[in-house]
Amino acid sequence: MQIVIIGNGISGITAARHIRKLSDHQITVISAESDYFFSRTALMYIYMGHMKYQHTKPYEDSFWKKNRIELKRARVRSVDTETKTLILDSGSQIAYDKLIIATGSQPNRFGWPGQDLKRVQGLYSLQDLEALEKNAPDSHRCKRAVIVGGGLIGIELAEMLRSRNIPVTFLVRETSFWNGVLPQGESAMINEHIREHHVDLRLNTNLKEILSDDAGAARAVITDGGEQIDCDLVGLTAGVRPNIDFLSGSGVQTDKGVLVDRQLRTNIPDVFAIGDCAQQRTPIGKRRAVEAVWYTGRMMGETVARTICGAPMEYNPGHWFNSAKFFDIEYQTYGWVSGASSKDPQERQFHWRHPEQYLCLTISYHKESRVLLGINTFGIRMRHEVIDQWLTENRTVDQVVPRLGEANFDPEWYRHYETEIAQTFTSKAEKVV
Amino acid sequence: MNTLDSMSLAGGPPKGLKNGQKFAVFLGLSSFFIVVLAAFGLNFPNKGFWLTASLSGILGAVIWFSWIAYRDDPKGIKNHGVWFKSISGRGLWAWALGILITGFYIVLYFYPEYLGLVKDGPNRGLISLFDPLSRALSGNPASQWFVYGTLYTLAILAFGIKFIWKYRHNRYQQLRTMSVMFFQTAFAFIIPEIMARLNGDLPYYDLKNIWPLNYYNFERYRVNAFIDSGDIGLGMLIFGIVSILVITPLLTYFYGKRWYCSWVCGCGGLAETAGDAFRQLSDKSTFAWKVERWVVHSVLVFVVLMTTAVIYSYLGPDTSKYWLSKSQFLIGVGVLLTGVFAWVMVYRRSALKKDAIYGACGYLLIILGLLAIHFFSDSRHVFVFSSEGLRKTYSFLIGSVFSGVIGTGFYPIFGNRVWCRFGCPMAAILGLQQRLFSRFRITTNGGQCISCGNCSTYCEMGIDVRAYAQKGANIVRASCVGCGICSAVCPRGVLKLENGPLKGRINPHEVLLGNDVNLMELANQNSDSVA
Ligand SMILES: Cc1cc2nc3c(=O)[nH]c(=O)nc-3n(C[C@H](O)[C@H](O)[C@H](O)COP(=O)(O)OP(=O)(O)OC[C@H]3O[C@@H](n4cnc5c(N)ncnc54)[C@H](O)[C@@H]3O)c2cc1C
Ligand code: SF4
Ligand code: SF4
Repeated sequence: MQIVIIGNGISGITAARHIRKLSDHQITVISAESDYFFSRTALMYIYMGHMKYQHTKPYEDSFWKKNRIELKRARVRSVDTETKTLILDSGSQIAYDKLIIATGSQPNRFGWPGQDLKRVQGLYSLQDLEALEKNAPDSHRCKRAVIVGGGLIGIELAEMLRSRNIPVTFLVRETSFWNGVLPQGESAMINEHIREHHVDLRLNTNLKEILSDDAGAARAVITDGGEQIDCDLVGLTAGVRPNIDFLSGSGVQTDKGVLVDRQLRTNIPDVFAIGDCAQQRTPIGKRRAVEAVWYTGRMMGETVARTICGAPMEYNPGHWFNSAKFFDIEYQTYGWVSGASSKDPQERQFHWRHPEQYLCLTISYHKESRVLLGINTFGIRMRHEVIDQWLTENRTVDQVVPRLGEANFDPEWYRHYETEIAQTFTSKAEKVV
Repeated sequence: MNTLDSMSLAGGPPKGLKNGQKFAVFLGLSSFFIVVLAAFGLNFPNKGFWLTASLSGILGAVIWFSWIAYRDDPKGIKNHGVWFKSISGRGLWAWALGILITGFYIVLYFYPEYLGLVKDGPNRGLISLFDPLSRALSGNPASQWFVYGTLYTLAILAFGIKFIWKYRHNRYQQLRTMSVMFFQTAFAFIIPEIMARLNGDLPYYDLKNIWPLNYYNFERYRVNAFIDSGDIGLGMLIFGIVSILVITPLLTYFYGKRWYCSWVCGCGGLAETAGDAFRQLSDKSTFAWKVERWVVHSVLVFVVLMTTAVIYSYLGPDTSKYWLSKSQFLIGVGVLLTGVFAWVMVYRRSALKKDAIYGACGYLLIILGLLAIHFFSDSRHVFVFSSEGLRKTYSFLIGSVFSGVIGTGFYPIFGNRVWCRFGCPMAAILGLQQRLFSRFRITTNGGQCISCGNCSTYCEMGIDVRAYAQKGANIVRASCVGCGICSAVCPRGVLKLENGPLKGRINPHEVLLGNDVNLMELANQNSDSVA
């Protein structure tokens, strides 16, 4: 059987590896972006000089041949699901018995005037990174950069540019950084930290227009407040959307992403979709229908491999978790902690912040039952396994707080703050009662 | 991806030096120039003054340099521009530095007369510059080894301070660095000198240096000196044996080999401090891993054979002088090795990779074979090799060329732990134990790994940490020195160095990290399949 996978990102590659583990099928992975699988999450470290491109490849180049996974560098122009063939940009065709669509995302562009000028770019692919190296090699050739969109990629881009001393203005639509996701105290702390890194953070500010110079390159932006900010680079990081335009006319049903059921099947037999580009017909629990994170791609890849190899299986992610890093502050989240602007009326939050350092934690729990809903930590590492178990066992906040030490995952000899946290929790509780 | 490779080099900052740093470099080079002048034979009038000026100048320069490097930024990981900088990215400066250090080691080991060593007379040149300090400590004039020891300690102290600054958010890093700074200064540098002052008959003994690292510890002249200098000497000899047979295995069982390699050892100390800028240069390929296993274990076999032969050669036919006769000693060694080997084969077979078993079997045969032949050899020969020849070869190839010239001289090219990884027989022993019988492991935090590769890149031992982390497996590797840098640089808080029960320490099952429980069980059931 010939299995073709479009996309060599984490989801497509995980699928390929597991299909090889479970079977002897022929596997071909097609990608337009790179010869080999690399880690997209490490793009920033290449620009900052922490790593070279070769370090971002999780497997040695010889791995693929050894495991009989054929890699093909090409762009798929369209899919003919009737004849089960793919048409490549070069015009040549590839036949498949089973097709896995794992084409990932692309940066959002919201129709801003000037968004297609030179030196206006997103940050998603290797090609974007190459463009950034040209557009913003140093602070002489890029005197200021404006970043539009305060999410995880926006703040990474800000850190990247600051590592080369390039002045950065960061336009954020929200009233506080990422407060659709983060509770107020945490979001406020990140605001401070962003500014400490000499980023000109503009909250509550939208992009209205990008101005062009004579050569058709960006020279300034205009904000919704009417201010003009001169710059040599505009980074568009207002989220991503599934990269599925090539599927139009193929008969594969799409909405924001490729619509799939719990077994990751599309409406067309033998066509599956996984990773960033897949959209669950019915969202799972409180998860979004399109989940654009690393580990869900990995899980979907493994799940679809089992289905294709004759052991049908549902994509069944456990409790939500994720992590990120905001400049120097590590962030981990487990379960559900609502953001400042999207708080659930049934949810209560306990927030603790260290008086001097960038350390804080938020525990969310149900108002009546006091059952733990989720935990966010900043600057404190938590043990996934332990918290996952607490969530599964429906522990109450009162059971969990005194035992936070069991979930600590900081390196040895680090100072622990569980006692302070527990004390704050009890004293706050007394006040409430 | 040539464009990306080349672009990184063409890329702009952050690779330049800040202004203050240029002055610091200037200060450091001028201070070092005093040493160079002395090396070229300039006879300084007031040696004490110039030596103090030079050493404190170097120390001050490194501290100043680090302060400027880290003072402006909030605490956190400081790896900006590592691969852009010539010195840490295998550029021109790296090669220049590598050649300089290599040259220094060659002169130090093989041509100390160029440093000013005079056989039967007062020192000249560089070594004489260090006379005042040496006299103040031990009462004797300096030797080339005293000069080397002083510079070595200075490097660990100066770059140790830099390292502590760099990792000021990380107490594990700070504490272990203070520890190596202490052990180097006290145990390797000051205490032996003072002991020499108090009791001139005692052999120079750095108590933290354990056989087989100090492969010469049981040579005849040393053992005689130990015995001849009374209770203290005898105590030291017994300590030397106990530290191999009891202290080392015990501490390694509880804490992994890191207690030695990253907290105590001088070679490790230099690698972690002065060598910190080069840790990313280690080769991560599976090929390098294979070479590592063969080379380091061969060195181990070599040192066991060599030491056995040397001791055998001076032991008498009876127990009158050394409590042990030739044959008792040999039988003892054979029994010990076979015992250890049998234990491993019975209880730890499953933990060994196939080639490790082949290797171990092969080596055991060789050792036992040679020992057997030994019985048919005379007192100065092991089979056809003379024991003295073996010792000389070892001391030249391993003790000098590998540990010094290649081990340190090649820091800027192959990374800072080349010796520890490929050459050190002590690391090999501790590693075998760490892999098979220790509570130490690096725990992977569930499904949080994003496969970014920071951990693997900055692992000085060339361990592909990511390969384990991304499948949720703990890292239990013989070569891991527990430096904790992988855990420090991980941007997602995935790795934690821990000591814990042996059960469940190695968990090679690829789980669907984050997927629900049934699926995990299923994955574990199926994980016996290939690839
Ligand atoms: C800068 C950055 C940082 C990130 N950091 C994190 C993080 O810290 N944690 C986290 O969880 N997630 C992070 N993400 C998100 C994460 O990288 C994605 O969720 C993940 O890479 C998605 O994997 P995928 O396999 O679904 O798709 P992708 O990795 O996007 O792979 C899809 C591949 O398919 C190729 N392709 C698309 N269309 C075609 C076609 N028609 N023909 C041929 N090839 C095609 C693309 O070129 C691409 O190579 C980050 C993303 C970015 C951009
Ligand atoms: S695995 Fe981690 S702790 Fe072990 S040597 Fe490598 S970087 Fe150091
Ligand atoms: S363990 Fe951490 S540093 Fe290593 S690849 Fe995973 S996320 Fe990156």
